[in-house]
Amino acid sequence: MRVAPYVFILPFILSFLIFYLYPILSTFVMSFQQVYPGQVEFIGWTNYGKLNNPEFKVALQNSARYTVYTIALLIPIPLLLAVLLNIGNRKLNSLYRSILYVPSLVSIVVAGTIMRLLLASSSKSIVNTIAAVFGAEPRQWLLGGPTQAMLLLLILALWRWVGVNIIYFLSGLQNIPEELYEAADIDGASGLQKLWRITIPLLKRTTIFVTTISIFGGFAMFEESFILWAGKPSPNNVGLTIVGHLYNKGFQEGEMGMASAIGIVLLIIVFTLSVSLLKIFSFFAEEGKR
Amino acid sequence: MKRIILVTILLVSLVGLVFGAGAAESAKPAAAGVSDVSFWTFQDLHLAFYEKMAKLWNEQNPDRQINFVGEVLPYEDMHTKLLVSLQAGTGAPDIVDIEIAKYPNFLKGNIQLAPLNDVIDPVREKFVTSRLDIYSKDGKNYGLPFHVGAMVIYYNMEILKAAGVDPYKIKTWDDYMVAGKQVKEKTGKPMTTLEVTEQWSFWPLIAQQGSDFLDKDGNVILDNDTNVKTLQMLKDMLNSGIAIAAPGGFHHAEEYYGFMNDSGAASLWMPMWYMNRFTDYMPDLKGKMLILPMPKFSTGTRSAGMGGTGTSVTLQARDLKLAKDFLMFAKGSKEGNLLIWTDLGFDPPRWDVWDDPTMNQPNKFTDFYLNEDIFGMLLEIKDEILGVNIKEKLPAVIDRVKSSVMIQALQQQNRTPAQALKEAADLSR
Repeated sequence: MRVAPYVFILPFILSFLIFYLYPILSTFVMSFQQVYPGQVEFIGWTNYGKLNNPEFKVALQNSARYTVYTIALLIPIPLLLAVLLNIGNRKLNSLYRSILYVPSLVSIVVAGTIMRLLLASSSKSIVNTIAAVFGAEPRQWLLGGPTQAMLLLLILALWRWVGVNIIYFLSGLQNIPEELYEAADIDGASGLQKLWRITIPLLKRTTIFVTTISIFGGFAMFEESFILWAGKPSPNNVGLTIVGHLYNKGFQEGEMGMASAIGIVLLIIVFTLSVSLLKIFSFFAEEGKR
Repeated sequence: MKRIILVTILLVSLVGLVFGAGAAESAKPAAAGVSDVSFWTFQDLHLAFYEKMAKLWNEQNPDRQINFVGEVLPYEDMHTKLLVSLQAGTGAPDIVDIEIAKYPNFLKGNIQLAPLNDVIDPVREKFVTSRLDIYSKDGKNYGLPFHVGAMVIYYNMEILKAAGVDPYKIKTWDDYMVAGKQVKEKTGKPMTTLEVTEQWSFWPLIAQQGSDFLDKDGNVILDNDTNVKTLQMLKDMLNSGIAIAAPGGFHHAEEYYGFMNDSGAASLWMPMWYMNRFTDYMPDLKGKMLILPMPKFSTGTRSAGMGGTGTSVTLQARDLKLAKDFLMFAKGSKEGNLLIWTDLGFDPPRWDVWDDPTMNQPNKFTDFYLNEDIFGMLLEIKDEILGVNIKEKLPAVIDRVKSSVMIQALQQQNRTPAQALKEAADLSR
């Protein structure tokens, strides 16, 4: 009689144990080992000690900057778009919604490759052709400095994720009771006041959620930069992220133990940031009150 | 009771669903007496070569038939997948192509590749042995090379003629600079292009002078005097307009092929294996290109062996002996070495075939290039093809040469060659 519930949750439990818990534990163990084919040896904290190198610092900086910038862009822009989509003409809105959402369905490999070809350094590439119309010289877009590289990565992130975040904010907006706006109307509130006093505060939970996944996404970013520089190291490591560094150590240089240590550090960073964020916004307290 | 039976059925089918999918894939038995030999590569041209050799093997070995199953994977994916399956101890193919820059990763720990000494020994002296050494550790050979990778220089004769330059008179790098200036003045075109995100413009030049990224024991010597001087020379070439940075950053970029195809630069130094890039990706240069030995430095040689792919047998091979014998037949036999030239346009690693009549028969390469006797030229520099040291730190060093040294010293010029090399060397030590 009581077996059935367990059977139904078994697939989840199994996949969690096999594909999540076991890899995490074994990564933790591997971070204290030197792992070579057919030869595994415990070496204490050596792998963590080696993290004190300029490349890891660059990777950490790049990932942190990328995360901060994506949060700074991917919260206000989708929020405003969602609010606009929520008030206008219904038929047109669903069209706009689809248009904005489509990019997130495109594989990052395809998007990155197309972007790379658009930005190719030949004078015949699309971006350089457009630049030439305005009298600009053809540029080696992908071989530029860190600011230019970050800009390209942010454009790609914005194009891809705005639609997804709009959907989150739209669903949040739909949970705000109409009466509050009606009451505000009666009190003579302006549109801006309603946005500032009603919409944004009541979207807090959605905003916290979007911020949290943006932290995950930002620190986990790898494919975008990997594809944009065609799998080669980016010039001056302008596109090197923590996961990129992990990939280089593990698969380019065959240092799986070191890669595991990087993974564990990443886990700790993301975990600490997310928990502190939730604490700051007293997410848990609210949860308890309910 | 019924409920328990139902639950059991559900459980069994669930487990079956998870594990059955994998089982179905491998259940493709070979015909009786035929052994499966699996193969991974990252280059479809290589696969076509092995498939031809497998057919030939089956004709010559009726009692040891093979069913050759090859798979082409993207470069990074293939090496990653191989590393993981060798580490896991399961899932690797019988035979695999490993690119030279990745090879040292597979020589770490308890090497999971089979030593090939027993099959190589009978014909060892017919090989350019420096090319066997690059895939070796502690006297054991783990990989067979595809080619010698001799460095050569490709001249665009149309541009040189317009500038009045005779490439046969270019013997030293100083001559090359003088010719470069003349080309620039007369035609407005650069003499050459330099890679700023890869190592092929830099590595051969230091190798010509007996220097390298690593020494014989694997220590980092990236920042030695020879290397600093050589990088400075490249920087001077860029700043004087003799050279430009390769469009796209390196000589395999899509935009680079387009640029060169339009006769963008007068010459280019790359290994012999670059020959098929011209025939396949820059067809408009047909009948315009001449291959000659590299210019020399005051000390040093006219060439160096660069790049390559080592093919190895993994210890997971189903029939180790068969896999080794087939690999040796494919890459080590005379037939195989001739096919390496006629089909792939590589300079075969067995020098005893270089004067074979087949090497002079017309093919797509002899049709394309202006040379009358490409291998005559190669035989002439045979003893000048210096090897490089392929040791454990190489992947990390090459990574830094690509990502920082070339960009900083040549493209952005925000570090002097000495600074850029020293920083990368210190990081790698």
